[in-house]
Amino acid sequence: MYELVSTVKRDYIVDLARQGKRTDARALDQYREVSVETGLIESAQGSALVKIGNTQVLAGVKIERGEPFPDTPSSGVLMVNAELRPIASPTFELGPPDENSIELARVVDRGIRESEAIDLDKLGITPGEEVWMVYIDLHALDHDGNLLDAASLAAVAALWNVKKPQVEGWTLEEFPVVKKPVAVTVAKIDGKLMVDPSLDEQNVMDARLTITTTEDDSICAMQKGGIGYLTVEEIKAAYELARAKAAELRRHLG
Amino acid sequence: MMEKPEKLIVDGKRLDGRSPDELRPLKIEAGVLKRADGSAYVEMGKNKVLAAVYGPRELHPRHLQQPDTAILRCRYNMAPFSVDERKRPGPDRRSVEISKVIREAFEPVVFTKLYPRSGIDVFIEVLQADAGTRTAGINAAAVALADAGVPMRDLVSAVAVGKVDDTIVLDLMKDEDNYGATDMPIAMLPRKKVITLLQMDGHFTPGEFERAIELAMKGCEQIYEVQKQALKAKYSTKPEEE
Repeated sequence: MYELVSTVKRDYIVDLARQGKRTDARALDQYREVSVETGLIESAQGSALVKIGNTQVLAGVKIERGEPFPDTPSSGVLMVNAELRPIASPTFELGPPDENSIELARVVDRGIRESEAIDLDKLGITPGEEVWMVYIDLHALDHDGNLLDAASLAAVAALWNVKKPQVEGWTLEEFPVVKKPVAVTVAKIDGKLMVDPSLDEQNVMDARLTITTTEDDSICAMQKGGIGYLTVEEIKAAYELARAKAAELRRHLG
Repeated sequence: MMEKPEKLIVDGKRLDGRSPDELRPLKIEAGVLKRADGSAYVEMGKNKVLAAVYGPRELHPRHLQQPDTAILRCRYNMAPFSVDERKRPGPDRRSVEISKVIREAFEPVVFTKLYPRSGIDVFIEVLQADAGTRTAGINAAAVALADAGVPMRDLVSAVAVGKVDDTIVLDLMKDEDNYGATDMPIAMLPRKKVITLLQMDGHFTPGEFERAIELAMKGCEQIYEVQKQALKAKYSTKPEEE
């Protein structure tokens, strides 16, 4: 999602990038200040508010009974949904989810699903008839760049915030969340790679690569975005950045 | 859907007899539709995919027009009968996301600045699906764009790589996609060797990931040759037979 940027600002950001600098004086491999608050929403079984700089995303987890998918009759179901509501940015509009919110939700979903962060096999109730549905709803509150990493961190923090769900018929000792996948977005501007793109950087970037890794540094999901390209060397360098930064971000998950 | 086979690779051969670094049979034909400005038909294994290009043409609705560039629009769509269980017609979340990443795969190659206020529409229809439909769609769309005479820096070639039974394999077919550990579709510009689409889900160690990328790039180079052949078959003048 690119917003319109003035040429002056574009040139300024690109010039700085060339020198390895950024508009907010961060290092290329430095995140803005990250904070994670959990459990603020009592009506949700788990919740987390993540701030990365001015960017804010609130994630809520709801657990309900539902029908399983025919091909996995005794496994729980994970659903991730993202809402880019107009409250978060003057460029977000009302209406059904657009490609940006769909991509956001699906990238977060893949990180959690493919890392097997939730042991869905434990969430069966009556095979073929009833299972637990885990809904993760992501609400962007303030969009100042890098919603992807904030949303992903919020989703995982909210999952770990689910203690013993207070829902009728819940019999497990605890909620079966077992891993902490962390997404790190690396933006490329004029051949320079930088983590955690700010809104301005995101609007002038050539491309971005979001890499989700787990505790053992293996990759569980990737998504390239943006209108430019990446070389193989850039992709490898992005992985090294993602691995190092994911370890940092994971500390916020407790 | 068939039951999960015990092994996806037996004696170094895959279920369809291919070796790990082998593509499925690939057939590409350029200029298959009358009304479209450019079109292509691709068979990649059991995938059957059509791509059509309309434009550059005046862009509607007009508020989308950009004074300095053409807008590239892509729509990836699966026919309801293209999969085992009938797919509900129309866009779903998956196809919206795929349409977005396909568009982004072509943005770096199309000279959009040459056509202010215009739109270039790429329509990809999956008629029969057998894993890797987005990559088959990209291969078709690249040929269709060239067939439409849209100025491009290069073609775009795409293939998926993945991991099945702990082996890195090229061009996953359906059972490998369903039961394998990892799926990573990649699109590249073969001449410049840069990557314009990269998605991945599953599990890769860093070493596996590097080998997978290399394998994908080799696969793309082979696909590139077939794409060029398809264009030459349509546009080269045939020598008179004696």
